[in-house]
Amino acid sequence: MDLQALFQWLYDSPVGTAVRESGSLFPWIESVHVLSITLVVGSISIVDLRLLGLTSKSRAVSRLTGEVLPFTWTAFILAAITGGLLFSSNAVKYSHNSFFLAKMALLVVAFLNMVVFHVITSRGIEHWDESPHPPLRARLAGGLSLLLWIAVITCGRWIGFTMSAF
Amino acid sequence: MNLHAFAEWLSQTPLSLTIQNVSWIIPTVQTIHILSIAIVISSVFMVDLRLLGVIGRSQPTAAYTSRFLTWIWPTLVVLALTGSILIIGEPSRSLENPAFQTKMVLLILAMITTAVLQRPTFKDPAYWELTTGHKISAGVLAVLSLCLWVGIVFAGRWIAYMNVDSA
Repeated sequence: MDLQALFQWLYDSPVGTAVRESGSLFPWIESVHVLSITLVVGSISIVDLRLLGLTSKSRAVSRLTGEVLPFTWTAFILAAITGGLLFSSNAVKYSHNSFFLAKMALLVVAFLNMVVFHVITSRGIEHWDESPHPPLRARLAGGLSLLLWIAVITCGRWIGFTMSAF
Repeated sequence: MNLHAFAEWLSQTPLSLTIQNVSWIIPTVQTIHILSIAIVISSVFMVDLRLLGVIGRSQPTAAYTSRFLTWIWPTLVVLALTGSILIIGEPSRSLENPAFQTKMVLLILAMITTAVLQRPTFKDPAYWELTTGHKISAGVLAVLSLCLWVGIVFAGRWIAYMNVDSA
């Protein structure tokens, strides 16, 4: 089964059909999507700004990530589920939208940036955990993350202006 | 002049016509608006969830109120500015829209709730932890605040789905 066939199957599925044809389901799901994505980006910025050495300077990086990231992940899971539901309503058309594709690509890069940070950058974190000015590699990870998430939101908003909904 | 006439007049002003005719303005301003909402809503969640004892119990509530409540007011100014551009660009679609009107009422209530939460912490940062009574009040205010801000985001998104007769 190729991707387009999968997207067509999603479109024809009872879920895709319900989201597409119900007048109020799409806006309700979209509202939850917007709420969860603002929580993802806002909470991740708290960590990014700390890595950049701009805010929460008196708080150890590892403690801050410990209290913020579980919250970020919960919101992210909610954003992914609601995003999937919205996508299913018009899967084929979304899959041809450049802003949608850019948004997915940026999410992958943001994810890789996070993996690199956890696996490589944060090695030896005990040496700078309490420092108000993290080393360059950590500042880069924070700055990149901030830019990527701003770009994700930007692309997301532009999807709505480049797709004639139904 | 009633609201409808005002919206009609506003939509014919040069500024409104510019916003209507330059296609990138509204999506760009909406993007800045959403990013600002991300700052406000996340700050609100951090403070409210701490007041409810859901997160960060290893630190006093004062650390949270002082770190995050301060972000809300300057960001609300950005939201007011970007929101105004969106209103000027689409006066009828916003001003006469029940979802928009609901959003504005919720916003006023949310701002009052935030001010009520913040005010006593200027005098005494530990105010919400002083007594059991204060803790309970803080919890009630936190739940109220969460509901109001979530309501604002929902009402904001619904503006796009409420049809306004622009006759």
